[in-house]
Amino acid sequence: MIDLTKTKLFDESEKKNTVGKSLAHESAELHVSGEAVYVDDVKIPYGTVHAYVGIANVARGRIRKLDLLKVQEAEGVVATLTLADVPGESDIGPVYPGDPVMINEGGMIEFHGQVLFAVAATSYKLARKAARLAVVEYEEDEPCLDVEKGLEAKLFVRPSHQQSRGSSGKAISESPLSLAGELRIGGQEQMYLEGQASLCIPTESGGMKVITSNQNPTEAQKLIAKILDVPMNMVDVEVRRMGGAFGGKETNANQWGCIAALLAAKTKRPVKIRLARRDDFIVTGKRHPFLAKYEVGFDGEGQINGLDMELSADCGMSADLSDSIVDRAMFHADNAYFLPAAKITGHRVKTNTVSNTAFRGFGGPQGVLAIENVVDEIARAVARDPLDIRKLNLYSSNGGRNVTHYGQKIEQHVLRPIIDRLEKTSDYRGRRIAISEFNQKNLWLKKGLALTPVKFGISFTVKHLNQAGALIHVYTDGSIHLNHGGTEMGQGLFTKVAQVVAEVFGVDISLIRCSATGTDKVPNTSPTAASSGADLNGMAAKVAAEEIKARLIDFARDHFKIAENEVAFSDGKVVFGERVLPFRDFINLAYMNRISLSSTGYYKTPNIYYDREQGIGSPFYYYANGAAVSEVVLDVLTGEYRVTRVDICHDVGHSLNPALDRGQIEGGFIQGMGWLTTEELVWDNNGRLETNAPASYKIPAIGDTPPEFNVELFAKIPNTEETVFRSKAVGEPPLILAISVWCALKDAISSLSGYTLSPKLDSPATPERVLFACGQMNDTQEGVPQNALV
Amino acid sequence: MGKKLITFLLNEELKQLSDTDPNLTVLEYLRDDLGLTGTKEGCASGDCGACTVVTAEMGPGGERLQYQSSNSCIALVGSLHGKQLLTVEHLRSEKSLHVAQSCLVNSHGSQCGFCTPGFVMSLFCYRKNHNEPDLETIKEALGGNLCRCTGYKPIIEGAQKMFLDKSRDQFDSREPITIKALNEIRQVKEEIGLIAKAGKFFSPVTSDELASLFCRYPSARLVGGTTDLALEITQSLSSFDVLIAVDRVQEIKTIVDSEGFLSVGAGVSIEELSRALVGVYPSLKEVFVRFGSLQVRNKATIGGNLGTASAIGDMAPILLALDAILVLRRGDVTRQLSISEFFISYKETALETSEYIERILIPRKTENEVLRVYKISKRLDDDISTCSLAIWLRLEDELISDVRIAFGGLSEIPKRAAVSEDCLRGGRLDEHQFIRAMSAVEADYAPISDFRASSSYRLIVGKNLLWRTYLDIHGDGLRKLRVTEID
Repeated sequence: MIDLTKTKLFDESEKKNTVGKSLAHESAELHVSGEAVYVDDVKIPYGTVHAYVGIANVARGRIRKLDLLKVQEAEGVVATLTLADVPGESDIGPVYPGDPVMINEGGMIEFHGQVLFAVAATSYKLARKAARLAVVEYEEDEPCLDVEKGLEAKLFVRPSHQQSRGSSGKAISESPLSLAGELRIGGQEQMYLEGQASLCIPTESGGMKVITSNQNPTEAQKLIAKILDVPMNMVDVEVRRMGGAFGGKETNANQWGCIAALLAAKTKRPVKIRLARRDDFIVTGKRHPFLAKYEVGFDGEGQINGLDMELSADCGMSADLSDSIVDRAMFHADNAYFLPAAKITGHRVKTNTVSNTAFRGFGGPQGVLAIENVVDEIARAVARDPLDIRKLNLYSSNGGRNVTHYGQKIEQHVLRPIIDRLEKTSDYRGRRIAISEFNQKNLWLKKGLALTPVKFGISFTVKHLNQAGALIHVYTDGSIHLNHGGTEMGQGLFTKVAQVVAEVFGVDISLIRCSATGTDKVPNTSPTAASSGADLNGMAAKVAAEEIKARLIDFARDHFKIAENEVAFSDGKVVFGERVLPFRDFINLAYMNRISLSSTGYYKTPNIYYDREQGIGSPFYYYANGAAVSEVVLDVLTGEYRVTRVDICHDVGHSLNPALDRGQIEGGFIQGMGWLTTEELVWDNNGRLETNAPASYKIPAIGDTPPEFNVELFAKIPNTEETVFRSKAVGEPPLILAISVWCALKDAISSLSGYTLSPKLDSPATPERVLFACGQMNDTQEGVPQNALV
Repeated sequence: MGKKLITFLLNEELKQLSDTDPNLTVLEYLRDDLGLTGTKEGCASGDCGACTVVTAEMGPGGERLQYQSSNSCIALVGSLHGKQLLTVEHLRSEKSLHVAQSCLVNSHGSQCGFCTPGFVMSLFCYRKNHNEPDLETIKEALGGNLCRCTGYKPIIEGAQKMFLDKSRDQFDSREPITIKALNEIRQVKEEIGLIAKAGKFFSPVTSDELASLFCRYPSARLVGGTTDLALEITQSLSSFDVLIAVDRVQEIKTIVDSEGFLSVGAGVSIEELSRALVGVYPSLKEVFVRFGSLQVRNKATIGGNLGTASAIGDMAPILLALDAILVLRRGDVTRQLSISEFFISYKETALETSEYIERILIPRKTENEVLRVYKISKRLDDDISTCSLAIWLRLEDELISDVRIAFGGLSEIPKRAAVSEDCLRGGRLDEHQFIRAMSAVEADYAPISDFRASSSYRLIVGKNLLWRTYLDIHGDGLRKLRVTEID
């Protein structure tokens, strides 16, 4: 194994001023004072009207009649819009077609909540009221609402895909021990606090200015241009910040922007659209539910010999991003474990629910949950602590156990030291003993403990998305305007990229203003997704800043007749050998000498490829790693539980901003905990979402934050790849650490069987599922009246 | 019209509403009418706290202001009368942030920032009402504010650090002026109201006026804390022609300690009731801390909680177990009705046209009585009950001489568990009796399956809560029974 502490991996001589500091979020003061502007807060232009949508009330069927007369006659209504009014391309599928912007009379409904028409009125309330007045008649068909039924019927939105190494069937059948089973994994509503919103303002010559809450301004620009049938250069899309997105605004923000743009073009007035919370729940996609079926062969110690895993995603009614999402689930079906022989199959099942979409982790969490469940099963089968099985199967630099089932070599093995460290710092073994004692003494409350790791592949698996651009202007007063293709959704991207630029110029971050992401500033951008925001845009901004800096150095060399290496930028000053000038004065001097003080920057991730035909490649630039230990206590009489302590050790490379990284880790963890515990999506038999508001859909509240919550950034070990200042991506991986909570719940339940049985616990592990899982252990528990348990 | 107008302070500015739709929420008023967009709409149903504002009112002695957080998305403009309304825009003093704001900047407590104004206002209110922070009260104060980004840890840290700054803020300095201004508004002792094109809003000050208004407008809706009623406006998009607010009727906002009863006015908020009732029945605390959020408990009234006749309301089972008596009033006529006769069918009560709940008489605790209440929900805090149990027992010589049991969430109306009660009444307080009562739960209830839980889960939990009662009363006290008891 590489001794990372002794390996010189990058140039440490560079003294850093700004990068690596825990600076506050660039908008923190605006957030706390209510001055931060979100789409619905923008002062609207004179004459703005408000749009709302009318939605289908059935999950599947043909629209026999769509009568909008009452809508049109309603108070305040200015215009209505149907598919017939669309001048250009009306399918807004981001990758593959299949997402019509709305469905007209005669068209087929594919999910409850599909948009039928839109209305513009003089106020938000009047638009909403009018939208409910349409007379719609349907010829209803039986909807397919279950992933298993869709799988049986072979209803797919995209073809299945497989990755395999060796003969897993043979490896399993020749193993001393084997297990088979299945796990149902629930979806998750993003529940960004700011709902979907867009403001479209018609501009001269048929163009459109769009202010929106969207992770992918370029995609919005492209789709709005297509739907209006104008070239992309007529559409400017601007995103200053989002009130949360989490993947839910990667493709799912486009439809509302498109509808507002269509109405704006039709009425020649500015149009604002904002979805009410309940409608936002109903009409936008969620994390994909999965059905995982597996067969695993292993030896008496618990070492895996072969794994067959079938991951079937409930994609909803269309492809959207499901192809890549299921791929990512497959890429993470090993999590951190070496699979000598494996066959991983991913199905993209079509159902008559809203098309599921991106959500932090993008399929990765579901893949990891599936394999962590298998590891738990193995541990119970060989009567060992699950942590020992995890460590036994961990990828290792020794013995050739360092290549994934899709052929990528693991270059940086930091997981083993992370787990070893966490095992000690969390006192895993000591607490294991204490918990056993507690469980023996307590009949009605049981504690559980689990450590789970995460290894998360960083890069878009769609290769061309791994590029980014930035634009920097330095003004004559020394202030710097920064713009890049990434969007700010709370993660602190603008802060991190500004830190990078401040570092290059050796100036205080207060000199830098990062302006709203705009398609007219940096073109052809990728979505801010895949945890890649800082990696890509930080690097592009660094390139832009270094370009200007190089011009300045050339100028200083010629102007002051000194060597290039005598010019240094730091602490807001520029040093030229013996002389020093404030940055601002030097910039002005450069301007007076006609030096260009503006530059773009461009970056593309090197060394990534994936041969999809073969299911083999090196799709990830590197892996981000971490591990968590969670302790829970549950009530065997009711299934209620609490997470009492969490310890995390996470690898962020050389952090650009430790406070922001910590925020991503803690926030991601709690969000993942919600996914696996209380966040339950329930549809009725007609395909209507019943948990459609925060009253019925329960994301973690402040009381759910564990009373002891220790988060450590791992050892400041730099990324071995040449990422921006050797940092690592952090947006998604920590969400997956919450699987330790789910495993700890299973551990607590398993204690009822003396750790001989592994409970089947589908996700989310609601109190009800936990209670019924306790019931599976019932036979072996003594001292409980039979009817006091399940 | 002759009516006095709705009058209040927006920070320091006196505001009067004359032609405003009484169906307008405070949030809509702030954002749309005043352009104060710092306060956010996250859900428009009182479940996320992004719209949290703080109101200040004169305390009982009239010397200090009392600060209260509430959800502006489900408060109607009429509720502002006589109060000072403070929003996130009002906290900066000169150019510097209020400590309730700077604490979040320093602790990295905002990420996307959309929930932040709501947290700031809840923190501000918490700072006003507490001298020292502790984890339990922080979680209580912020339990109604959802954050999807941070995981709450830095917000908790910020809340704790907020107390390091002991200096007075601008609201303390201006307190006498504010009190004077509010007093002037309060001088008006007459009924006030809004008579707008869109509807009428009355805010009477005496019970007689209230009763007579309700007779004059039998189709009117009574307005308490609007934590439920406002959902008809924000979610169903309804608009009410006549609204009659009860919050200025002092007679129904009192808690009177009379012989044998605690007499609680129907306009008493759940938070006020909780403070009074927990003193008498300490075991109620565990349900009250899980009852809605602080913002909701501050506004919701006991009368409203019973009047909506929800099958999952948390107060009805408790009052059924305590055998409370409702005082109902219509015009000049009052009558008393046992709460067990109040709920007729789904969402229907024994109230007649123009009749309303005036008071609730809660029997005082006597010797040898035990009350236990439990609430089970998907999320521990601020969630609706999957199943709840309230059980009252009189114990005499090891025997259960009398018992009243009411479950919530198991039937379409709140009702007693007659068969289970029979199994326990007159029997010994032992395992055997409780096991019998547990099997009887199925005879008393046939719960439905819905998105909160299945019918079978509800029944099992119902039974197991009876078992927990037995353990609670009879156990050795050494074994813990609730996950909330574990650190």
